[in-house]
Amino acid sequence: MPAHIRTGTHFMSGNIASAEGALAAGCKFYAGYPITPSTELAEWMSRRLPESGGVFIQMEDEIASMGAILGASWAGKKSMTATSGPGFSLMQENIGLGVITETPCVIVDVQRGGPSTGLPTLVGQQDVMQARWGSHGDYEIIALSPDSVQECFDITVMAFNYAEEYRVPAIVLMDECVSHMWEKVVIPSEEDIKIINRQVPDSPPPPGQDYYPYRCKNGGMVPCMPRAGEGYRIHITGLTHTEKGYPRIDAEAQEKLVRRLCDKIRLNQDKISKVEEYLMDDAEICFVAYGTTSRSARRAVKIARQKGIKAGLLRLITIWPFPENRIRTLAERIKTFVVAEINYGQIFYEVQRCAGGKAETILVPKLGGELHKPDEILKGAGI
Amino acid sequence: MDARRMPFRYIGQKINIKQHKWTPPHQYVKIIKDRCKGCNLCIEFCPQGILEESEEFNANGYHPPRIREAFHWGYDDKACLGCAYCTLICPEFAIYTVPDEEEEEK
Amino acid sequence: MKSDMHHFMRDVREKPDIAPLRDIVEKITYAEETTQELLEDHPLDKYLRRDRIPHIWCSGCGIGNVLISYVTALEEMKADIKKQVVVSGIGCTGRIPGYLNMDTFHTTHGRAIPFATGMKLANPELTVSVISGDGDLFAIGGNHFLHAARRNITMMVLCVNNFNYGMTGGQLGPTTLLDDISATSPFGNYEPPFNIPYLAAASGAVYVARWTTIHLRRLIKSITRALTKKGFSFIEVLAPCPTNYGKMNKKGTALDIARYYQQKSVIRDFCDPMLADLSRSDELVIGEFVDIEKPCFQEIQERIYKEATKNGIHV
Repeated sequence: MPAHIRTGTHFMSGNIASAEGALAAGCKFYAGYPITPSTELAEWMSRRLPESGGVFIQMEDEIASMGAILGASWAGKKSMTATSGPGFSLMQENIGLGVITETPCVIVDVQRGGPSTGLPTLVGQQDVMQARWGSHGDYEIIALSPDSVQECFDITVMAFNYAEEYRVPAIVLMDECVSHMWEKVVIPSEEDIKIINRQVPDSPPPPGQDYYPYRCKNGGMVPCMPRAGEGYRIHITGLTHTEKGYPRIDAEAQEKLVRRLCDKIRLNQDKISKVEEYLMDDAEICFVAYGTTSRSARRAVKIARQKGIKAGLLRLITIWPFPENRIRTLAERIKTFVVAEINYGQIFYEVQRCAGGKAETILVPKLGGELHKPDEILKGAGI
Repeated sequence: MDARRMPFRYIGQKINIKQHKWTPPHQYVKIIKDRCKGCNLCIEFCPQGILEESEEFNANGYHPPRIREAFHWGYDDKACLGCAYCTLICPEFAIYTVPDEEEEEK
Repeated sequence: MKSDMHHFMRDVREKPDIAPLRDIVEKITYAEETTQELLEDHPLDKYLRRDRIPHIWCSGCGIGNVLISYVTALEEMKADIKKQVVVSGIGCTGRIPGYLNMDTFHTTHGRAIPFATGMKLANPELTVSVISGDGDLFAIGGNHFLHAARRNITMMVLCVNNFNYGMTGGQLGPTTLLDDISATSPFGNYEPPFNIPYLAAASGAVYVARWTTIHLRRLIKSITRALTKKGFSFIEVLAPCPTNYGKMNKKGTALDIARYYQQKSVIRDFCDPMLADLSRSDELVIGEFVDIEKPCFQEIQERIYKEATKNGIHV
């Protein structure tokens, strides 16, 4: 059994399952700063990376952590970091750097009550919009949300795969509840875990010719990623740049670059977006939830069905890109969307926008600190 | 002869007479005129002082350096010693020295 | 007022036609594809991105000297160019990677050092250098500098100190001297500056040196030493900024500032870095201040990892 995959059945917490998922996906570099409630992930990685052939470093702050994982990614290693709300705010500038340089990496944001120092040890889901819009400028990001400890493992592997495939920082939006929950996790063997690696170019250019790091092959939207130190002589910059990587400060270069950065996710929305539907075939009321809230929402659906109400659950696995097309299709036949989330309305507005007025949208918020009870969701929905 | 009067030789070593007739190797200064931005650092810091500012304009409107006319008249043509300080002091990669090919062959 | 306008308008009309020159300039500065035939060869051109020469720095700017010193050091060391990586931040000095024909990274303001740390730890075969400005490294990036020096990560950090934030118009920085005029201290700077070699030595750097842009052979030797030494090496280069800092403080042209460096600089190798404070006296103390041996981060980490995993998996 290889050192980095612990095949078998385990009893572990969400943080540890996420760390094991990262190791199984091939993560070889972790740079982070301890912050409740994600500290266990860093501690587990500090124990497991030496035997997995990786490197662990605790940096001086989250800004440095994000910079370090970008550098490690350009040196050829899969890298990740884990943080919570306040650290996530600090990382935003370098997330923007990761987006414009198209650097694959994974950021685990274990959400807690905010804003500011907020509720360090209690659950929240208040960073959802920040994951999408946190950094300045126009960009698209991939963000996933697990609802169980097994999913923490699976979704971290999925996040690494998305990051490598689309060359974008991928965010795993856990919440404090699932990160500290202890449940059974089954880690498959190495052959059964699907791993996607970044596309690398074949060989360095001959002397006299230059390599174009942002030129995509065959009309695709994601270029190959070379490593530093192999003779490709790449120039990577955070300024708006051309296909050759050289900075170019005008509207034409900005148009080409930013459009491709956004389109590579937007046009592949249907491939990337993943949702889980529960009893949605004949549903008239759709409960929309993600993360740990979806467990309460699932119970609420069962209670409603017992009362004879045709309820169903739409659980978002990928939060960004938002599954717009699914909501639009559902809005044709669904009467009401009930959005339950532990914030004062973030995904609610996305659902409302995509429903387009064809279905009523109700928000059942909890401002942070505790999960929804199923009765509270039903009461909020008016059932 | 004590060590103070002969700083580069230890006491007792014989002076090689030929060394007094040693001529320094000659090098040529090459100037890439269009890269010059007219800072005049090479002109100032050449130990031999063989450069001066020319009157012509290059493509960017600066006056690039040129070898002093006195050194073109022939008798002091071999003034550049190839210390290559101009190569280093120029921020533009616009000036460098090359060895004299005939002397190299010797 | 009206006559002034008139005078200005007349001047513009009388200027010679510079359209042909502009074409040549545009061809030189924006040509990306075809370049080799246009420009002549400098022996060190193979280290440069020819299609981006001439560079953007002002006439006489010290950053050009740092660039050519770095490149000459690589040439003299016969270094493997494939394994050289240069990382920089934002600012005039931050543009250096754009002109070097090797793997180079232009990152966010102040965050070049963590980026370089991640790169070096993920691939220890790379020789990582951080070349950045005084504001980038010691104002916004001060924390990262301290910790990288403390950890003794093997890298060379070269700070080009032009005493202000040049690219954005000459605002004061952490190295601007007291009473200096800058864009954000129009009546005089009321912040005492850092003594950078002292800071680097106190943080734990194993090699600390300071030179100016005219002490080029010594700078090349320092760069060679820093690139081959294990541990965190730091070199500060005092550079002229004739366009912003120099103009506002009446220092003259780059040539005047270079002459000033020639007259006032005093080489004091291995003196106490505390004496390297530039505001202490009229003289500029330069030289190599620290050259010690200490186990570097990777050595310590490898030793601990080996010890931890020698009995197999045990966590």
